[in-house]
Amino acid sequence: MAIDGEKAAGGLKIEPMEQFTIKPLFGDGPIEWYTPTNATLWMGVAVLAVTAILVLSTRRRAIVPSRGQSVAEMLYGFIHKMVEEVAGHEGLRFFPYIMTLFMFVLLSNLLGMIPTSFSTTSQIAVTGTLALMVFLTVTLVGFWRKGIGFLSMFWVASAPLALRPILAVIELISYFVRPLSHSIRLGGNLMAGHAVIKVFAGFAGVMGVASVVPIASITAIFGLELLVSAVQAYVFTILTCVYLRDAVGDAHH
Amino acid sequence: MAIDATAEAEKAAGMPQLDFSTWPNQIFWLLVTLVVIYLVLSRVALPRIGAVLADRKSTITNDLAAAEELKQKAVAAERAYNEALANARTEAAKIVAQAKAEIQKDLDAATAKADAEIAARAAESEKSIAEIRDGAAAAVAEVARDVAGALVATLGGGADAKTVTAAVTARLKG
Repeated sequence: MAIDGEKAAGGLKIEPMEQFTIKPLFGDGPIEWYTPTNATLWMGVAVLAVTAILVLSTRRRAIVPSRGQSVAEMLYGFIHKMVEEVAGHEGLRFFPYIMTLFMFVLLSNLLGMIPTSFSTTSQIAVTGTLALMVFLTVTLVGFWRKGIGFLSMFWVASAPLALRPILAVIELISYFVRPLSHSIRLGGNLMAGHAVIKVFAGFAGVMGVASVVPIASITAIFGLELLVSAVQAYVFTILTCVYLRDAVGDAHH
Repeated sequence: MAIDATAEAEKAAGMPQLDFSTWPNQIFWLLVTLVVIYLVLSRVALPRIGAVLADRKSTITNDLAAAEELKQKAVAAERAYNEALANARTEAAKIVAQAKAEIQKDLDAATAKADAEIAARAAESEKSIAEIRDGAAAAVAEVARDVAGALVATLGGGADAKTVTAAVTARLKG
């Protein structure tokens, strides 16, 4: 604490990672598994936002949609089409599940862009859990639907026989790396963007008039990060569909 | 203990994401969040939006079908109109032809009547002309006889009337 104080007195003190700290909402006690924290708060906000976008805006069930209803229908149609095209017709049974993932990731990403908010999707614990859920779902559904035949996706029948064992090892490794890349891609992107903005904000605090440079940079990066927020939600979802195709689809690639 | 806590704090400040002590908390609340969103979506939002989209699709389909039907009706109406028009034209042509024929008949009758009258008049005229001519011829014969008789008497001939008449008649014929 004393060291921190000295740093602060020194002027330039940038702690880009401080924003990712989990804090209890009430009091200063230890964080038990049930303690309401800032993460809890912003997950709750995400739930409200999802509800507002998909439920409140469609309450009139208009044939000629209002603006809000158009957005809800567009999101619905977008993910519905993605699931059908990527995961196949059988994959549509998982449409609510995938829609849940997409809406949560998208809204968490976007809500995280609100200054002083907490970005839940920049937490490895969160993205890791999401990715692991997808991994377990795909694996369990694959074995449930195809039985031991699910393993045939590791045995590349179109390759020369001599290469197949080697390819099988590679396929197996890549299969188990999926949740790792799936989660770190999302969490890393979000974390990096927020950290960069924080660093520039730290510069802006001590540069006086020249602060316009970092402030302009923050504005530009903010726009970029909005794009990243949407793109990463899209990437996370479409990868989920791609993985799901292995479990429910007929054709292997 | 204090050193441990400081180290812990510094590690957390370095990369709070890797502070595993907060993971159970985050995972718990994440699962709660996902379950709530899943229930909201699968129970309310997605069926509702799906129903609205299906409604709209069927409405559009119905409207298109109705439009198609109306178009068919319009085509049928046009066909009926054209047919009626053609019928009316034929009828009109028939009436015109009939009227023409009647007029022609009347005209023919009138012409025939006029021709007959003209012929009758001509015959009558011819007859009267013939009469007049005959009358004139008779008168000429009479005059010739008288003149011949007078001439014969004057010249001292004692010819009787019968001979004179025969002679005159012969000369008139010759």
